This record gives sequence, structure tokens and C-alpha cells, in this order.
Amino acid sequence: MIPAKFDYKLATSAEEAVSLLGEYGDEAKILAGGHSLLPLMKLRLANPEVIIDIGAIQDLSFIEERGDHISVGALTRHRLVEQSDALKEHLPLLAHTAGHVGDPQVRNRGTIGGSLCHGDPASDLPAVVLATRATLVISGPNGERKVEADDFFTEFWETAVAEDELLTEIQFPKQTGQQWSFQKFNRRAQDWAIVGCAVQHGGTPGIGMINMGTTPVRAAAAEAALKSGATNEEVAVLADDGLSPPSDIHGEQDYRRHLSQVLLGRALANT
Amino acid sequence: MSLVGARVIRKEDPNLISGRGQFVDDVKIAGTAHMVFVRSIEAHARIKDIDVSAALECEGVIGVWTATNLELGPLPGVPGLERPALAKDKVRFVGEAVAVVVAENRYAAADGAELVLVDYEPLGVVTNIGDAIAENAPLLYEAVGSNTVMEVPSPDDHQQIIDEAPHSVSMHIVNNRCAPSPMEPMVCLADHGPSGLTLWASFQAPHHLRNTVSSWLGIAQDQCRVITPDVGGGFGAKVNFTPELFIAPTLSKLLGRPIKYTQTRSECMTQMYHGRAQEQDVDIAFDDEGKILALRVMVYQDQGGYADPTGMGLPALTTTMAAGCYLIPNVSVAWKNVVTNTTPVAAYRGAGRPEASYLIERAVDQIAYTLGIDPVEVRRRNYIATENFPYATHSEIAVYDSGNFAGCMNELLNIMDYDAIRTEQEGNRDDPTKPLLGVGFASWLEIAGFGPPGSLEGFGHLGSWESVQVRIQPDGSAIIYTGASPHGQGTVTTFAQIASDYLGIEFDKISVRHGDTATIPQGIGTLGSRAVAVGGEGVKTASMKIVERAKKVAAHLLEANPDDLIVEQGNFSVKGTPSQTVSWGEVAWTSFRPLEIPEDVEPGSLDTTVLQQVPNFSFPSGAYGCVVEIDKDTGDTRVRDMYLVDDCGTVISPMLAEGQVHGGVAQGIAQALYEEVKYDKNGQPTTGTFVDYLIPAAPELPSFTSGRICTPTPNNTLGAKGIGESGSVGAPPAVINAVVDALRHLDVTHVDMPATPQKIWRILQGDKK
Repeated sequence: MIPAKFDYKLATSAEEAVSLLGEYGDEAKILAGGHSLLPLMKLRLANPEVIIDIGAIQDLSFIEERGDHISVGALTRHRLVEQSDALKEHLPLLAHTAGHVGDPQVRNRGTIGGSLCHGDPASDLPAVVLATRATLVISGPNGERKVEADDFFTEFWETAVAEDELLTEIQFPKQTGQQWSFQKFNRRAQDWAIVGCAVQHGGTPGIGMINMGTTPVRAAAAEAALKSGATNEEVAVLADDGLSPPSDIHGEQDYRRHLSQVLLGRALANT
Repeated sequence: MSLVGARVIRKEDPNLISGRGQFVDDVKIAGTAHMVFVRSIEAHARIKDIDVSAALECEGVIGVWTATNLELGPLPGVPGLERPALAKDKVRFVGEAVAVVVAENRYAAADGAELVLVDYEPLGVVTNIGDAIAENAPLLYEAVGSNTVMEVPSPDDHQQIIDEAPHSVSMHIVNNRCAPSPMEPMVCLADHGPSGLTLWASFQAPHHLRNTVSSWLGIAQDQCRVITPDVGGGFGAKVNFTPELFIAPTLSKLLGRPIKYTQTRSECMTQMYHGRAQEQDVDIAFDDEGKILALRVMVYQDQGGYADPTGMGLPALTTTMAAGCYLIPNVSVAWKNVVTNTTPVAAYRGAGRPEASYLIERAVDQIAYTLGIDPVEVRRRNYIATENFPYATHSEIAVYDSGNFAGCMNELLNIMDYDAIRTEQEGNRDDPTKPLLGVGFASWLEIAGFGPPGSLEGFGHLGSWESVQVRIQPDGSAIIYTGASPHGQGTVTTFAQIASDYLGIEFDKISVRHGDTATIPQGIGTLGSRAVAVGGEGVKTASMKIVERAKKVAAHLLEANPDDLIVEQGNFSVKGTPSQTVSWGEVAWTSFRPLEIPEDVEPGSLDTTVLQQVPNFSFPSGAYGCVVEIDKDTGDTRVRDMYLVDDCGTVISPMLAEGQVHGGVAQGIAQALYEEVKYDKNGQPTTGTFVDYLIPAAPELPSFTSGRICTPTPNNTLGAKGIGESGSVGAPPAVINAVVDALRHLDVTHVDMPATPQKIWRILQGDKK
């Protein structure tokens, strides 16, 4: 790990983190679990001048039932999400998917907020946020604001969190007793998905797709078909409808389109 | 009880698993400066200018050197194709060292390296053999006049035999480029002081490095000490010379400070020699019964941007072993070595033999399917029979020592239920809920135990023997010093097992030391599956010499005839009179006391060094069976079962032998399904990290089912053939034969490695290209 030189600031509260962000602006990066940021710094693809470490802010690590939803603190490690009894009961899709992020080392260090703020279309958890229509709570210099999942992922590796803001909490509507499925196609256990999908059945079905665009995306056409009572087969072939998956060495676009349909078909068969 | 063949625990493990191993990066010397290279970002370009001024301003930077201000001769290599230590005038692959920054710490050195500005004038790029040998291809070496830097034609192409044969099949086979990727990348630490140079390096052959570096630097060998402490894997890639091994000592002398270089994983992916990278044209002619009449092989070996002596020799090994375990009356081989704008290629676990085993095992499967004969049966019809050994092949290099190829196949069919798999395969084919099944075989054979006199000299080594010194301590314990320099093989354990048997000293009272030219007799190193077959034999030879001398002392103490003594469990006793006994400790103690030993015994005589030679190579073989499952919807291909029958002759340590096979098979499966170094058309590596270069781990691999046949080699008295490379030789053809078998109903005849899901999906879609 030979990153470029940086200053290190330890934030002890969300307010302090926001204040530090205000001070350093775009020179600063938030460090949570470090599993997205540090590899980029190691390769010197990211060279922040200031690191604001929020790892010690205990208040940001929680899983709490609050009426019709469950709030998850942004600093909650994947492993805690995976093991949470409340999430297993009310949001099994989230708990299950958290158990498929990276490998055990990643899951013990990486945080849900860090993963979401990285805004990587290849990550697993954004698909769950989309499928469950979660709400993201963001703290900034002017207090808190809430952003719906659909408005959170803005561009490649970019989110609605501004330079002077901090994601603090994710509010997931409870999906108690609903059908769900998570499908991930990859070569090795710890790899990012070549394609994946998270399906949440409920009042309004949600289908979040992994690695099917420049941002985490929803399979809107398939969702609409599902809501209107189309058969699983009719829904599955719409998995990539309107989407533009990338071509890279792990899969060309046509292969990703095909995989998305296969995986959505399997997800629907499981729900 | 004999320890050879006993299931002992590794002596190495307590240190390694408790974090007490010592690797080069663990060596800390006060005042050490750190060096980082500026690497070429172009695959082929002229260097117009290098501006180091900003780097020199960088805090902590001590200096920056390029080919202009650091006069260095070329690295030891192939005459006419030498590699400069730092790129001079032009670069030939992405990652080539262009400049070196030395700083007070690694961070400052890395910061400085980022500030060096290199002005390149890009040249045309060739990234593969086809482009490199095309007419009007850009030339890497204008003076050579061709990208084909070596050509060995065949005296007879057997065209007429092939034309007149009842059947023949032609194949073009690509053996994919792999990155050896040991856990520990290259690390070196050079301390060149007034009394000479000490060089710590993560290397497989310390004496080879010592001799080469000292002559390159022009210092006497007594003032040049190379230490290879714990080494975290090498797979053949740490026996070749790379610039850092020469630049670190040079700069250490220049600056009067120790200089450390620790390669990053990203650098390792482009700096460490790659392996395989071969293309082959194969023609095989056969009769109606599947008997092979002729084999013709043309090998094109990609050398990368610079030719290494081992890299240049790879096709010789491939063509030598091209006929595998089959009796083929006419074999024609030829090859070309071709340079491309890619990372240089040299030895990688198997080095030329996996490429041979792959081509012949693929070709034999093609015979089977052409004639509609079972692939097992075709193999049986062509095996060299046990009574044919020693068997002189088409190659002067290879006289097969021993083997039982049919026996291995019989044992394989004992441990796998072939009929049941075939039945399951049929049932699965039309069941949409089931994966496609394929079953593949490989009757593989390799050349190991390097080797007879002359075999390693051609690759630049001092000899082909190995050194072993056995030194008895006054308390009757023993220390073995060996030039075999392990990097994960467990040699400390296997050599102690052999020594225990032949010295009669307890396993726990034997230490094995290696990896320091100041204390270890001149040796060769660990490569080519040779440590046990050559060095292990040396342990036996030296131990027997020691016992013969010790018996004279013991006989004196027991007032008996030395010829009547036996030694075991730490005691010498008189045959038939077990009460008449003296301990190894007493004998050892006495051997150091001139007044207490017979006049014809030299004091301190229980110390001897042998340079063990062997008369010929050994030829490990085996039969592997592989069952793959292919997801009909996604093309995802997984190895479900792997059945492994090995014949490595005598097994010294069963657990280590199994471990070698498991690791080798994992690497073979990796090559067949996962790993491939790729470049874009501009020569930029597209698989430069472990995110893109897919090394599989335990979750991707099945549990292996093993069997064993033993035909001892006559070329050493232990009968051990070597097993380090077996798995990587045998697994790739078994896996790909299984993949092709699974797709046979679609008239698929070949799938190049790696068989990725996308590739298989395209085949399932009907694109059989």
C-alpha cells in the first residue's frame, strides 16, 4: 500500500465529519471501511489530499426497527447486516445479499454506506436499495435531507451525496413475508457480479440490476410487466429492456443482456 | 521404521503459520534506501527524452537514474537480443523499466517515479505471434531484421506419410499466456559495502544468482553473498534474471547504502516473466484402428519483448515431449521463437511440457472422435508398453526411463465410475434442468529431475548436479546443507526424511539449511522438479558416506568389525547382538576427539559434501480424469470431479506429494478455465490485477480423488521422479477434453483455453468459431 501523501483527520461525530468536509471540500474523501477507497489509493487512481476517517463514529452503526421501515446506519458493516435477525425477518433480501459482498474480510470491514456512496454499478447492495425502494438520509451543512433510491445513483461512480455531505442512514421499507431473490453470476466466489439482479416482490415489485449500465439501474420495463401480471417468461426477457450494459473483458454487451434475462428468469422462478 | 514414505508433518510449518518466517521484505537494515522504477506506458516506442528534474525536487528523493547517467551493460541473456538493465533508446513492452528512483522510503520513491516525464515516440505494436510474423510487421529488433529470432526446421515433415495415411487431423492450438503470480512478488535488498555485496533476493537459485551478479559487477565470488530466505513461491519465474537484481547492487555500491526493492502486485503482473504463450500447428495421422502413424508439430513460441535463455528453450522441451506416452513411429517437430511487444516469457510450472501434453492429448481425443472409438481405448491402443523401457523417443534429449501408462489408466478407471458418468451425461443432455456433462482424460507424461550432465548448462547454469553437505554435530544431531533452494516445496522435510533413513538419526534431530551462498556449498537450485530426484539422491549418497565413516568410530568404541554394525534409531549396534550398542551421540562426540579415534580416521570426518549427478532425466506420468458441468443457459463451466492417478516413482512424503499435485492441478484448471494474460491492440495489458486476471481459489475447485502407481526411476537409487510440475502438465488437457466432450453433440472439435462462460455460451448459441 504505497498511496500518495495525504492528511488524516479522525471525525468523532457525523457533525464533525460534515464540518471537516466543509473545510476541505473536494480535496477530501470519507474513509469508512476502506474497501473501495483504499484499493484506488493504492493504485494511485485516487489521490485525496485529506482523508476523513468516520470509522470511529459508533452512532452511525446501527440496525433499528422504526415502524414501517428499518433504518440501517451508513457505517454498519456488511457482516452485521448479514447477521441481523431484524433484517432476516423484515428484509431478507438485504441480509442475504450482504452475505454475498466480496469475501469475509471485505464483509467484516466494508460498510453499507461506503458501498452505496461508491456508486459502483457492479456492486451488489445498490441493486437491493433500488429493488426495495429505500430512502437515503444525507447530512450536510444545512442539516439532513432525504433522497429516494431512484435519485441517488447519478453517474458512473457518482451519487447524490455532494462534496460537503455525508450519507448517514438508509431507510428500508419492511418487506416482511414478501417473496425475494438475489442472483449473482460471477466466476469466483469473491468477484463482482458480471451481471446480477435483486428482486423484491411486494405491493410494487422492484428489480435492481447489477452491472447493466453506467450506474446501478432498475429493470423498469420488467417491473412494469410484472406488476401488470405478465408471466415470468414475459418478464424475464425484458430484463435488459432500455438498459445499456457495458462490454469488458468479463463479458460483452450481448452476453450481459442474455445473462440478465437468464438471471431474472431464475429470480422469478424462485419467488 | 522407514521415514521415506511416511506421512510426516512439515518441519517448515510452525515458523510459517506463526508468522515467524523471514522473507526478504522482513529484513531491515538501518540506513536502507528504497528504489522504485519508472515503467514504460508504451508497448513499443522510441524514448525521445526523459525529464527527471521534477522528481529530483521531490522530498526524500536521493537520485534518479536512466540508461543515460547509469552506465550498465546489458543483462545476461541471449546474444544479440540482450535486454538492457534500463531501457535504452526504445521500449519493447508496457512495464519495461525506463528509469529508477531511489529515495529515503518507498513512498517518496513512488512519488518521485510519478514525476519523471518520459517523452515517447510510439512505434507500431505487435502483441501476438500472428501479427509479429506477418509481412511488413513492425520490428522489435531492426538489426535482427525479423521478429522470428530463432528457427529450428524439421529435417523431414513426413508429408507423404500424412498424405497416404487412412486418416489425419490438423489442429491449430493456442496455449494461453499465464502470469505465474507467486504470493510473494520479487523482492530484493542489496548491501554493497567495503567488504563486498550481500544480496537478499526472493529467488529459486541463489548460487546461480551469486555467480551471475558477481561476474556482471566484476567482483570476486567470495565477496558476493546471496541470501534467499523464506521464498513465497516462484513457479519458475524466480530463476530468471530481471533488472532489479542488478540495479539494486549497482546503486547500493554507488550510494554506499543498502537498497531495497519490493515489487507491487501490479508490477509483478507485467515484470515477472510470463509462461506458456505458445501456438502450435499439429497434424496427426492414424489408421482405421486409431493407431498413430505420424505426428507433426510446429511450435511458435512467443518470447515477449526480450528473449530469455529459458524462454528460447521452451519449444525444445515441448517438441521433445510432443509424442507423450504413445508409440509413434514418425514424429516431425520444428519451431520458431518470435518476439512481440509483451512481457517476456520464460519458465512457468512445467515450462514447455504442459504445452506438449496438451497438444498430444487434444490430438489423441480427436482421433477417438474422428473414428468413433472411446478416448480411453484409443489411448490404450497407442501406449508405449512397459516392456519398451527404456524407450528412445524421436528426440535425442528424451529416453523415457520407466512407466506404466496402461496401469495408470486402469487405476484411474478403478477410482472413477466412467460408465455411470457416461450414462448421466446422456440423461442430462436433453433435460433442461440439468447441466451438460463432459468427461475428459489425459494420459500425461513429462520430463523432470533436471538432469543429466549438460541439461541445465544450456540454460546458463553451472552444472546439472546438486550439492548436499551432511555435517554431524558433536551431540549426534545432523545438519544438511543443500544448494537445492526451496520456495515452498517442503524440502526441509523431505531431505530430513531421507537423511533419517540413511543416517539412522531421528527425524527431529536433523535440520536442513539452504539459501545462503556464504554457508551452503555451491549449488544449482530448485527448478524442473529436481530437488528430490537429484538433491534427495545426494542426501542419500552423503548420508551413506557419513555412516561408513561413523561405523569406524563406532566399531572402535564397541571393539567390533565395522562391517558387522547396523545403525538405526540413533544407535549403532552389532548385528545379531543388540545389547552391544553405542549411541550416535557418543560416536559423534568421539569423532571430534583425535586421541580417542582410530589412527585411520580423520578427526571431524563426519562431514562430507557431494555434488550429486544423475545419469538421465526422470519421466513422471499419470492418468487424469475430469468431469465438467456446463450451465446450458449461461455457459458457466465448472470442474465437478477430478480424478488423479500419478506415477512419480517412489514417494518420499505422501502429504507433500499430494500437496504438489493439488496445487499443480489447481493451476492447470486455472489455465484451462480462468487465467489468461491479455493485451489490447496497443499492447496495453488488460488483465493487470487480480480482479481481471482470474486466479481461482478453493471455492472454484472440486475435492480431488487420488490414486497412485509407482514405477521407480532407475536414474536415482531412491526411485523418485519428481512431482512439482505434474498437476500443471496433466490437468489442462483433461479439463479441455472434458469441455469439448460436453459439446460434442454440437460438432465442436476444439475450444481454446481458457474456456470462459462467454466463449462456451457463444458455442451453445451456434457460433462455433
